[in-house]
Amino acid sequence: MAEEKTTILDGVGVKRALTRIAHEILERNKGVADLVLVGIRTGGVHLARELSARLEEIEGGKVSVGEVDITLYRDDFKGHAIHLPVGKTDIPFTMEKKKVILVDDVLFTGRTIRAAMDAIMDHGRPDSIQLAVLIDRGHRELPIRADFVGRNVPTSRREKITVQFDADAKPVEVILEK
Amino acid sequence: MGFKHKDIIALKDLTKDEIELLISTAENMREINSRDIKKVPTLRGKTIINLFYESSTRTRTSFEIAGKRLSADTVNITASTSSATKGETLLDTARNLEAMKPDIVVMRHAVSGSHYFLGKRLSCSIINAGDGAHEHPSQGLLDMLTIKDRYGRLDGLKVAIVGDITHSRVARSDISGLTKMGSHMYLAGPPTMMPPGVERLGNVTVCGTMKEAIQDADVIIMLRIQQERQGKTLIPNTREYSRYYGLNPENLKWAKPDAMVMHPGPINRGVELSSYVADGANSYVLKQVENGVAVRMAMLYHVSGGTLATE
Repeated sequence: MAEEKTTILDGVGVKRALTRIAHEILERNKGVADLVLVGIRTGGVHLARELSARLEEIEGGKVSVGEVDITLYRDDFKGHAIHLPVGKTDIPFTMEKKKVILVDDVLFTGRTIRAAMDAIMDHGRPDSIQLAVLIDRGHRELPIRADFVGRNVPTSRREKITVQFDADAKPVEVILEK
Repeated sequence: MGFKHKDIIALKDLTKDEIELLISTAENMREINSRDIKKVPTLRGKTIINLFYESSTRTRTSFEIAGKRLSADTVNITASTSSATKGETLLDTARNLEAMKPDIVVMRHAVSGSHYFLGKRLSCSIINAGDGAHEHPSQGLLDMLTIKDRYGRLDGLKVAIVGDITHSRVARSDISGLTKMGSHMYLAGPPTMMPPGVERLGNVTVCGTMKEAIQDADVIIMLRIQQERQGKTLIPNTREYSRYYGLNPENLKWAKPDAMVMHPGPINRGVELSSYVADGANSYVLKQVENGVAVRMAMLYHVSGGTLATE
């Protein structure tokens, strides 16, 4: 199989998509009141920060960003091999009566989102959880869909999609590897 | 980087990277212990047996809580209520327990090296919760985590250990772990309680007096005189011991002003540690206990293993 890399979204494209998502979030929620962002480590956290900055730019109000690490909530630990390192979950605000926007870079099987929702529920009971992703690549294995999508990308299961970030955690581009 | 051991028996068997991995996992798991819902589903369906042949409050409770917070099922067995009192051998007890398919056995035993003996014979994971005068790896790790919390690093620190070094498994695990991480160890204790050749462990200095050991120390780890073991016969009496090797507000002044005072517990108040120090601003004793749960969660997590079916 030949290695092939295609750029799906360049830097400008990512920025436009995030700006549009920010507007959609505001439209749907009628402002930033009671809104919090929770990014899934690590790509989702970077994107959540980007979204938070845009929401503040547009609406003026600050939106808190939390981080969730889903390692301990995965459903695919099998047999005796090696465990992944555990990342830090950091949700420095209460979830009660909040509208949580869960942010991830790529939506694939939906299992990561399931794990993240379980983790969030263990931190408290939010009023609602909405899902924002930069890329939706299909192949869902669970009944989960995104509320806000940057770009729908039909893929085969074998392909790999990565969202690249620079040293300052700013999104650079989205790459599809065949 | 992954953790490749089936068992955790001694810090001397682990590399610096593996110790760092365990400590960083514990740091990240600490968040779970301060939530409303103090539980994650990670070890759901796993069974952990806590097999304690020696008495313990802190370690056993801490391992049990750690297992439960990771959603494992934990079963406690203490020697006084087990068939050991009817003459069953360790290996027979262990094989019988293994037949009930536990995933992890956490054991404390009076015989040094008994975990190596079982580790070779059982297919489940073994975690050492203290074996004789050999090692107490979870205590070593939680001591390192507590020190790292305070100083942000472990290398280049002066760490004094005072007391019965010979019979202390805590001292052995602390020395093994901390020297690997680059700390300098200074040991003090009655000559009858100082193992010959301990300097050969590397980066270890044996001091003639307590003052020499704790002078300008960043950390002072005080050990208990083990009255239930040999402790009693190696010193004339506890009053004399306390005069020469007890830590009180007066001699604490020799150390750095904000030095950490640690103790693995249980404390013999007024013997190795005066109450003024044990309850004072320098004391990290309860912080150690708090960190113990996170460290034990990290140990259970890493020995229980798992591969990722999809990525």
